[in-house]
Amino acid sequence: MKARRVGAVVLRQVYLLRGSMSRVLPLFIWVAVDMVLWGFISRYLSTLASPGFDFIPALLGAVLLWDFFGRVMHGVTMAFFEDVWSRNFLNFFATPMRVSEYVTGLVLTSIATSTLGLVAMVVVATGAFGLSFLAYGPLLLPFLLILFMFGIALGILSAAMVLRLGPPAEWFVWPIPGMLSPFVGVFYPLSTLPDWMQVVSRLLPPSYVFESLRAMLEGRPAHLDDLGMGLALAGGYLLLAGWVFTRVYRHAVQSGLLARYSAESVS
Amino acid sequence: MTASLPAMEPGPAVLEVCELCRSYGDLQAVDRVSFQVGPREIVGLLGPNGAGKTTTINMVLGVLQPTSGSIRIDHVDLASRRSQALDRTNFAAVYAPLPGNLTVRQNLRIFGMIYGVDGLARRIDEALELFELRGLGDTRCGVLSSGEQTRVSLAKAMLNRPHLLLLDEPTASLDPATARDIRRIIRDFADQGPGGVLWTSHNMHEVEAVCDRVLFLSRGRILLEGNPRTLPQEHGKESLDDLFVAVAREPLTLEGVET
Repeated sequence: MKARRVGAVVLRQVYLLRGSMSRVLPLFIWVAVDMVLWGFISRYLSTLASPGFDFIPALLGAVLLWDFFGRVMHGVTMAFFEDVWSRNFLNFFATPMRVSEYVTGLVLTSIATSTLGLVAMVVVATGAFGLSFLAYGPLLLPFLLILFMFGIALGILSAAMVLRLGPPAEWFVWPIPGMLSPFVGVFYPLSTLPDWMQVVSRLLPPSYVFESLRAMLEGRPAHLDDLGMGLALAGGYLLLAGWVFTRVYRHAVQSGLLARYSAESVS
Repeated sequence: MTASLPAMEPGPAVLEVCELCRSYGDLQAVDRVSFQVGPREIVGLLGPNGAGKTTTINMVLGVLQPTSGSIRIDHVDLASRRSQALDRTNFAAVYAPLPGNLTVRQNLRIFGMIYGVDGLARRIDEALELFELRGLGDTRCGVLSSGEQTRVSLAKAMLNRPHLLLLDEPTASLDPATARDIRRIIRDFADQGPGGVLWTSHNMHEVEAVCDRVLFLSRGRILLEGNPRTLPQEHGKESLDDLFVAVAREPLTLEGVET
């Protein structure tokens, strides 16, 4: 893997962000609005709850972590979509650049953009609503790591889907975090869900994060085994995503789809 | 039956295409095509629309997998060592403009990094100078005229001093004066070596002026090969234009002709 080629993919995104406020602002604005909305909801619910229970770390913190996952995922897909929209595949893939170098560039771009979003959320949640990450202790690191890895994996899988099905398939990508959220228990314990939904939940790494988060805030011991399972699952999805993207790319070269990508063919 | 072609001689070819085939279902888009491009040589790949020119170029660029056959760029097998093979090539095509939301200089820097160009800033300045783009370096490619975009694509294509330069109708959107300048630049590129050029064009006067050798493709097969300045007379035609029309309309009359 050549660092300069990975750097070229990242530099392209830096140029795009640097020259466009309409690309920069969404990195901050929507997640900040989410923090304000859920901050007030959490504050209101705290007034209704039994004394001693604080909804800020339980609800606002959970929304923050979920939004971080969404930003990571969309960080990968947005960088990929820039090449879809500007019909850049032929230019990029007719060069010596390897698929692994291209995907690594997308991931590094996502790390940068999602970190900016995370900082914005932390500033609003801490400054306006008093959310303290100290409440999560050292478990915050595996929480973030699991969500980051799963976000990257879903971002790469989404990019593979759009590469396979053509540019209009991007509309399948945007709602993915929203479709997953009922299953992973961002707002409620998994025991609330019917059995069949719980089966799906157990296959999704973020479920283990939010279950552990609630257990910890309720004073119960965090299940490190569960977090280990979440981490292992996220790692598995990451490997699967890399494999799927490579397979889809090879299919696109074999079938001719890559050479005529803008024709929006699914053949 | 296809015209019998000269046997490929082992030599310092920058591109060796051997028995290349590509099919889409029942359609044979490219059928047992073999040819070479030597260093300092400009080879014209000619033929009517749908003859298989762009399909051939896409296979040489590694974005389309051949059904069978082999491609070697600078003696490196494209199928097994794709990255190393494409490191020595570059291309420009009217259907592959550089991203319009970046400036000329930004695009050249990105592709220069991908190709590992040494002394990139200086090389970008040279390319801007060569293609008379100096005043447009900080302009977004999307707002350039089609002719200017073509010159940017050509600047990108020459940035890494490729050993194999692939040009798919590079002068299609240029005015006659600019097209003449571009032909001179590409001719100089080939003359100075060590690179070779594979060039597609529908402008037969241009082909006659620039190409050392031409290959006529029809229905995915090479029908004729030779010197563009003598080939028409060898086949009883007055000009390369007439020969092109004959290939396009009556390919069967040319099949089996010795070249």
